[in-house]
This record gives sequence, C-alpha cells and structure tokens, in this order.
Amino acid sequence: MNPVAEKSTVETSKTTRSLTLVQAVTDALGTMLAEDNRVMLLGEDIGKNGGVFRATEGLQEKFGEDRVIDTPLSEAGIVGSSVGLAVNGMIPVVEIQFLGFVYPAYEQIATHVSRVRMRTMSKYTVPMVIRAPYGAGVRAPEIHSDSPESLFTHMPGIKVVCPSSPADAKGLLIAAIKDPDPVLFMEPMRLYRAFREDVPEGMYEVEIGKGKKITEGDDVTVITWGAMVPVAKKAVEKAKAKGIQCDFIDMRTLFPLDQDIIAESVQKTGRVVVVHESHETTGVGNDILSIINKTSFLYMKAPIEKVTGFDVPVPFFALEDDYLPTPKRIGEAIEKVYTF
Amino acid sequence: MEELYPITQYVNEEGKFTDDSIKEDLTAELVHSFYYNMLRIRTFDRKAKSLQRQGRLGTYALFEGQEAAQVGSALSLKKDDWVFPTYRDHGAILTFGANMPKVLLYWNGRAEGNLHPNRNIFPPAVPIATQLPHATGAAWADKRKGNKNVSITYFGDGATSEGDFHEGMNFASVFKLPVVFFNQNNGYAISVPIEKQMNSKTIAQKSVAYGMPGIRIDGNDIFAVYFETKKAFDRARNGDGPTLIEAVTQRFGAHTTADDPTKYRDQNEVDATRDQLDPLLRLERFMKEQNYWEDKWVQEISTQINEEIEEAIVEMENFPKANVEDLFDHVFAEMPWPLREQKEQYLQSVRSDQ
Repeated sequence: MNPVAEKSTVETSKTTRSLTLVQAVTDALGTMLAEDNRVMLLGEDIGKNGGVFRATEGLQEKFGEDRVIDTPLSEAGIVGSSVGLAVNGMIPVVEIQFLGFVYPAYEQIATHVSRVRMRTMSKYTVPMVIRAPYGAGVRAPEIHSDSPESLFTHMPGIKVVCPSSPADAKGLLIAAIKDPDPVLFMEPMRLYRAFREDVPEGMYEVEIGKGKKITEGDDVTVITWGAMVPVAKKAVEKAKAKGIQCDFIDMRTLFPLDQDIIAESVQKTGRVVVVHESHETTGVGNDILSIINKTSFLYMKAPIEKVTGFDVPVPFFALEDDYLPTPKRIGEAIEKVYTF
Repeated sequence: MEELYPITQYVNEEGKFTDDSIKEDLTAELVHSFYYNMLRIRTFDRKAKSLQRQGRLGTYALFEGQEAAQVGSALSLKKDDWVFPTYRDHGAILTFGANMPKVLLYWNGRAEGNLHPNRNIFPPAVPIATQLPHATGAAWADKRKGNKNVSITYFGDGATSEGDFHEGMNFASVFKLPVVFFNQNNGYAISVPIEKQMNSKTIAQKSVAYGMPGIRIDGNDIFAVYFETKKAFDRARNGDGPTLIEAVTQRFGAHTTADDPTKYRDQNEVDATRDQLDPLLRLERFMKEQNYWEDKWVQEISTQINEEIEEAIVEMENFPKANVEDLFDHVFAEMPWPLREQKEQYLQSVRSDQ
C-alpha cells in the first residue's frame, strides 16, 4: 500500500457524542488514521491490547498492523525510528506508555526530534506527535506519575500541549498530528475517565498555543492546565461562595504559552495564582510569571502566588495526596492574593 | 567466536587475490573508480586537516585509513537510497554524491553544510549511535511505500556500547527492514581501545542476538567491502531484511584535529603498520600486479582531484556570510511569539551597531 498525502475534505459534524477524555483521544487518532494514510501509530501494547489505558482500542483491527504497530519495548527505538519515518514522508504518532518512561527517548528528542529542522534549514522536518499519560493521583506505581513538561518546554523546537477536557483533547490532538513540527501531547491520566463531555464527530481542530477562559471574574486570575483544572475549579467555586470572583484560565498549551490571554486577565484583576502539578523550581509557572512581569508589571496589586508540586521526587502513592496541589492549598492562595 | 566470524578478504596486503571468485565481476572501470574515489577522499581529508591548521576550518574529524571502508560501502548505493552518517563519514557521503563545498561548510560551522542537492543524506550524527534507529525508520518508510530503496548507516566500535545500537538493530530485525548497519571498527573510541569497549571478540557476532546476518570483512580491502556490502543491499532490496557488517579497519590519525593520539597510543607503531594496512597502497599493488595501473592516469586524476578540492575551498570561502535570521527561522515552521520577539529585539540591536 503506497501512502499518499491526499487529503479528503471532512465536514465537521454538527452531531456530538458523549465521550471521556481517553475516548476522545481514540476518536482523534481514528479520525486522523482515516484522513491521512501517512499517519502511523507506534507504541508498546497499543495494537492487539489497545493500549494500557485503551487509548488505541480497536484501531489496529480497523487500520491494520502496518498503521497501528505494537513495537518492541524500546522508547529510544520508537522515537528514533520515528525520526527516520518522519523525514522519509510518514507522520508517526508515538505513544509512550507513561511520560515517566520517556527518559530513555530523551536523547533522541533533545538531539534529533527537536533539531532536525534547524540542522537542515527546513530541508528535513519531523512532523511527529509523542503522546503520553502523565501525572499523579491514580495510585500508580513508582515513576508512572511524573510531570516532566519543563524538560520539554525548555527544549527549543518542540511544542508542548496538555488538554484537560475531552473536546479539547480531540481537537488539540488532531491539530498536533497536522502540525508540521514535533508536539509533545500530555494526557492527564487521572482525567482519562473522570467525566464525559459532548465531543463533535469527525474532523475539527483546537488551535495550539491558545488558552481558554473557563470562568470570568474581576478579582483574581487563576491559571492552570491539565489534571489540575478540576482541582483548581473546586477552589474557584469555593472562592465564589465567599464572594471572590475568579478569572479562571486553562492554558492548554505549555509551549508556546498564550501570553495574550494571561495579560488580558491579569490587567483586569491584578492578582494571580498559578497552579501546576509539576515541581516548583523551573516549572512552567515561572514562564507565566515572566510573561506577567513583561506585559503587566504596573497592573499588579499583590505578589503572585504559586501552588505547585514540591521540589521532591513524585512520591510513592501513600504520600501523593500530600504532594499534589489541593483545593485547600489553592483556596488559601486565592485568599492570600485577594486580601493582600 | 572469532573462528565463527572469519574476516572476509578477496585481496591481501600484497595486492594478491586470496579469493578470486570476484574476478569475473571486475572491470577496469570499477577498479579505476575504486582508486579514484579513495584518492579523492584521502586528498580531501589531508587538505581539510591543513585548512584547520591554518585556521580556515573548524575542528575536523579525520578518517585517513578508512577510505576502503567508506568508498567500498557507498559506491553501490543508488541515487534514491538513504545515508545516515556520523561525523567521520564524509568520505562515504562524498562518494555517494554529497556536495564537496557543503561538506567543507559543515566543518566551518554552517548548517548549509547539511544541504546536499538530490541526495538523501541525513546530517551527521554527533551523539553516538542515535543514527541507527533513524536509518531503521527511513527504511521502514520505504518499505511502506513499496519501493526498492535501502538505508545504510555508519557507526564506529564505540557506538556498539550504546543503547540506541541495540534498539535500532532490534527494530530493524523485528520489522525486517531494508537497512544495512555498517560498522567501521577502527580500534578506538577516541582513546579507548576495543578490548576495553567490549568483551566480545567481534562486532559481527552481535548480529546473532538480532537474528540477522552478520559478516566480518577486511575493511582495508575495498573488494571485500564493495562486494559484501552490495550483497547486503541486494538482500535488503529483495525484502530479506537487515545486515550487520563489521569492517575491520583503523584510523591512522587523531580522533579529531582537537585530539592528541600520542596520549593513548604509540603513533610510531601506528605509522609502521601503514605498509601492511593502508587501503590505497594495497589497491595500488593490486593494480600494478593486474596491469590496471598507469602512471599517466594517476597523474591525471590527481590533478583533477586537486582542482576539484581547490574549487570547493574557493566556493566555501566565498559563500555568503551566515545570515543571523537563520538563527530563528528554522526552529518551527511558523515562528512562535517567544522566538519572534527575541528575533525582533536582537535584529534591532544588531542594526543599531551598524
């Protein structure tokens, strides 16, 4: 079978289906496999087994073993061979079983995936997506619960995306697969089956690099992404009951950050709480502070508060609830900036 | 293990056949192209070294001694095949059809040096062994496309200790991909000798672990290199999967122009081996023995090669200065705002200096 770059035009359907986040991921992958013959899925246990979280359920059966591939247990092999596939005309979509297992492939990502365009002045490019579940809170064994996004946002040449809802997950994943550059796609595993949402059928994209306002308010800006969105949302709702109105933002993309949505909100409220699950030092929260410093210095009414994972390795699960930001910690930070 | 992987050789140090089964495949044209291409890259290598010494080229990786391995393996590639070299394989890519001024540009710190027209040549791998999975992936794409292209990747003895060596080889064998893993065992990974690199007696034997053919060849015998690599390419094109080739050779010089080999080996001893090991000398002896050698022809090609190299140097040195905008323009297809802002700010500051 000769993969060709012929595109069928798909009308975005008005009909929706109620899906979980992981089902939306499957939907996006299936949509793109059907749309573009160059798309290939590679990963451990993604074929016959449908992925350890069932993100690729039924896709191998539908699209065949040369499109949905059970690879050897070999992260650098998966990502490294995907570099070769990509420069020779394919669009590899890689599943790393857990983002905490990406480290063997880190060299390939740092020295090749992110640099091929630069090294060849765009003669060769790597349109590749690396998908992986990330984050704590599901009582997983060691290493399974890391949030190493900063290792990638600090790496020039790769975009980093992290949805928090089914509809965004599908639209962002399709956008990531269509993107001409490599994208790290972080899937919050604790939200995989946490709730359902109406997801449009067929083809649509959510733009990479654009955040989303979840609630409007004039008092405090709360900024987060991924698995922390529902956690922060609880704190935002509690604050509302106390009369504090939050402008609540889901960043959705961690590189490039949406500086407009941040500046617009901060210039309205002057008070900010940034929440993220990963460790504080060198966390993406610091880049958000840097944007606020650059765009909105004179609007600030209080020092910015950060609520993050601590600067400790993600612990064994007996202590993971202490490691993770909680509605309580976030609520305290909201009150602190509000009453400053 | 060594007896299971004897070194394949057709022509010995004296330039005499040890196995003349290839005799009927030899033409004057082929033998001449062996010598011409080896002389060409040796002359280039020596010239590049002297340019670096004069400050006209950056740090440069030398390959003198490995000419038979590089020419013999690259000569039977077809135009649409893929090559995944390291920083020491510009002899192989020049033979494959890389643009010589561009090769020089690369060693002068220019990304333009990776742009070889009409050839699938991936930029040289600087991390060790990362290129093996790349070759595997490119071969995989060609297999999906259903064409007859092959990929070859070059790597040294040190690379066999890296995880990516294993991952690339394993993938290629699992998916039966048209790729040739061409190892140049030159005895040293910078300063570490092979016996400190591995406890196995050969690199070829590592193929057993992946269920692929592995052969050990005399890397200074261009006949062995050319014909055995060609067989591996033929197998790959016919859908019979990958091959590991260990070409036993040596580098006569330093690891790079920034390396002092006298710190880890006796250079006089190395130089004393030239009479027996130099691949050009061996071919010269063979050609004289078999009446392929003509002084006049050698003079002609020497002149031609020197002219080509001089022209390449002129072209490299007259190449337009690096454009500062390229610093920002080839990171993403569309420039994200952080790069855009950094670029605008920097260009303003550059302009204010002018």
